[in-house]
Amino acid sequence: MWHRIRALVRKEFIAILKDPRSRFVLIVPPMIQLLVFGYAATFDLDRIPYAVYNEDGGAASRQLLAAFEGSPHFRRIATLSALHEIAPLVDARDVVLVIHVQPQFSRRVLSGQSAPLQVIVDGRNSNTALIALNYVRTVVTTYNEGWMAARGSPALPARLETRAWFNPNLESRWFFIPGIIGVITLLVTMLTTALSVAREREQGTFDQLLVTPLRPVEILVGKALPGFLIGIAEATLILLVATLWFGVPLVGSLAVLYAGLALFLLSAVGMGLLISSLAVTQQQGLLGAFLFMVPAVILSGFATPIANMPELVQRITLLNPLRYFLVILRKTFLEGAPLPVLIHEFWPMALIGLVSLSLAGWLFRHRMS
Amino acid sequence: MSNLHVTPFARGGRGMRLRGLVHKEFLQIVRDPSSIAIAFVMPVFLLLLFGYGVSLDADHVAVALVVEQPSADTADFVASLQGSKSFAARPMPSMARAVDALVAADVDAIVHMRANFGERLRRADGAPIQLIVNGVNANNARIVVGYVEGAWSNWLGRRARAQGLHLDPPVVVEQRVWFNSELRSRNYLVPGLVVVIMTLIGALLTAMVMAREHERGTLEALLVTPATVGELLLGKLIPYFLLGTCGMLLSVAMAVGLFGVPLRGSFWLLFATSSLFLLVALGMGLAISTVARSQFVAGQLAITTTFLPAFLLSGFIFDIGSMPNVVQAITYLVAARYFVSIVDSLFLAGNVWSVIVPNALALAVMAAVFLGITWRKTRKRLD
Repeated sequence: MWHRIRALVRKEFIAILKDPRSRFVLIVPPMIQLLVFGYAATFDLDRIPYAVYNEDGGAASRQLLAAFEGSPHFRRIATLSALHEIAPLVDARDVVLVIHVQPQFSRRVLSGQSAPLQVIVDGRNSNTALIALNYVRTVVTTYNEGWMAARGSPALPARLETRAWFNPNLESRWFFIPGIIGVITLLVTMLTTALSVAREREQGTFDQLLVTPLRPVEILVGKALPGFLIGIAEATLILLVATLWFGVPLVGSLAVLYAGLALFLLSAVGMGLLISSLAVTQQQGLLGAFLFMVPAVILSGFATPIANMPELVQRITLLNPLRYFLVILRKTFLEGAPLPVLIHEFWPMALIGLVSLSLAGWLFRHRMS
Repeated sequence: MSNLHVTPFARGGRGMRLRGLVHKEFLQIVRDPSSIAIAFVMPVFLLLLFGYGVSLDADHVAVALVVEQPSADTADFVASLQGSKSFAARPMPSMARAVDALVAADVDAIVHMRANFGERLRRADGAPIQLIVNGVNANNARIVVGYVEGAWSNWLGRRARAQGLHLDPPVVVEQRVWFNSELRSRNYLVPGLVVVIMTLIGALLTAMVMAREHERGTLEALLVTPATVGELLLGKLIPYFLLGTCGMLLSVAMAVGLFGVPLRGSFWLLFATSSLFLLVALGMGLAISTVARSQFVAGQLAITTTFLPAFLLSGFIFDIGSMPNVVQAITYLVAARYFVSIVDSLFLAGNVWSVIVPNALALAVMAAVFLGITWRKTRKRLD
């Protein structure tokens, strides 16, 4: 039995790796994607372009604007001299925000009244707008505290002592890079499995495979193993880049991480082969791969939290293997979670893998075009 | 379907040849219904799932409350947390329980007031309120910290006023959010998703078609007919363009009708720029298909080059301006980037020519490049 499976695995590897273009697709793009997406995927804003319209000109306003000037988060690209200059800049997306200091600003601050600082934000991307407003508030709060301390105002009766656990500097990259590991591993596994049976069906060689002494289980193992092995190799490479190049701390144990990876690959290979054995043509296989992968990524909690989704959609995400793997990745990377904490992420992936693989094996014989 | 009146060269043998090619392509589409599924089922399915599923607005953040010694002072602060709809406050008896809940991700943060809170509140250095957030999801953590800070400063202000004290900060930020005043994330996520979905539709529809002809040897057969390469390509483009346009109209209708995204710009401008973008997406699929020659490689290339770049590098979720320069340079190669800009402006801001014109020009250049590549690569094999 193992002899036959080995022959089939060898044949699968040759089929996948024979074409130089196919080899290229498996190795180069995932690495480039990891590097590019690793830098692209962050909610931390940097060098936010802004413009200043100062109608006041007093000392207090100049001091406040200097605080913005000194912050690495902001980059002033224009100084305006009239109200009507604001709209074109914002419309054309040249600036994300405009700081408008109204007349009498310095006089009001000095006389102990609250002075309003008008901030106009481009809300077309509401997330960017919210983050930028947060940064503005931080600058203004620091300015306020300094101003009050300098004038000997009494200390506040209560203060907030904020600590962020597991990610003390709140680096959004530490959240996204473990996620990207999961997404790219899924992509590569789908690439190797989703078209494999469909191609043989379209070319007619699958029927030949079925009349050989190979049993369906053996065909299944022979088809699944290459995708699994390529997935392990690819994920190892990606893990190395994530920890060595991007410096994401890996606090937890590698054994737990690899146990999660193995179960995730089991479910991903299972879904890939299931799609592939449902498809009669390669075009259908490709469509199926997309129809599985796109929701799997968007509804995995990769970029937007699952907790924000409506109840029904949250329930649909329970069928998504990537959802569980992302939790394992983030928890082992940043929190160092031990196996017992993650047990509820392990068994659903095993279940998805077993069900999809058995269905795929059954379809091998029962779906003939 | 033979009496299609869409051909721009409907004269003489040329028009007839083109009509024949379009007819043949339509027959192929009808026989393998997966193309129709791509154009009609996929946008509906994906938009429903994502339109409802994707949101960045954090409401009802779960916060564990640990009050070691309840008193009138702590009750006052707790009330200001519970009064806000941003929080779902959960009182917990001990820090140990709260930490367990934080690690298990049942709560996003812990607010902890020690036993001597009331006493220290009256001392000169003030009482500490400990706030612990789970920093793994940094963006979420920042939102939570912002919410608690807001509740804290409201509480301080109310306390000061009740005691007749003057505690106004010197500068208050007065925010004016243009185009999306409630900061509803769905308003930009749904148009962005339309772009991602159209990228998929365009590339998926055409990524296989040239490779399929090549693999089955039927491309050679077509090349020996009197049809020119231009006619061959048009014959491929027209049917899929029509299908893609229907998918696009469906998506826009759902965005406006179902998800209530305002369409402030002109519909016809949206239609025109969408057609241009569709041309780029189809051209990209055709180019992939021609270069790859085998359906297997074409499928792999289509998966790698469309979905993730359109999702992550288009400015749809992540701000392009904050990316390192090298990555920003790469985003110029992603067609979705230009269309996301156009669509965000057309939906939320109106006909902003300073955004639309340069981005539409970039799309036109990309369409020309992709179709040019396909044309050259197909012609080469004629001789």
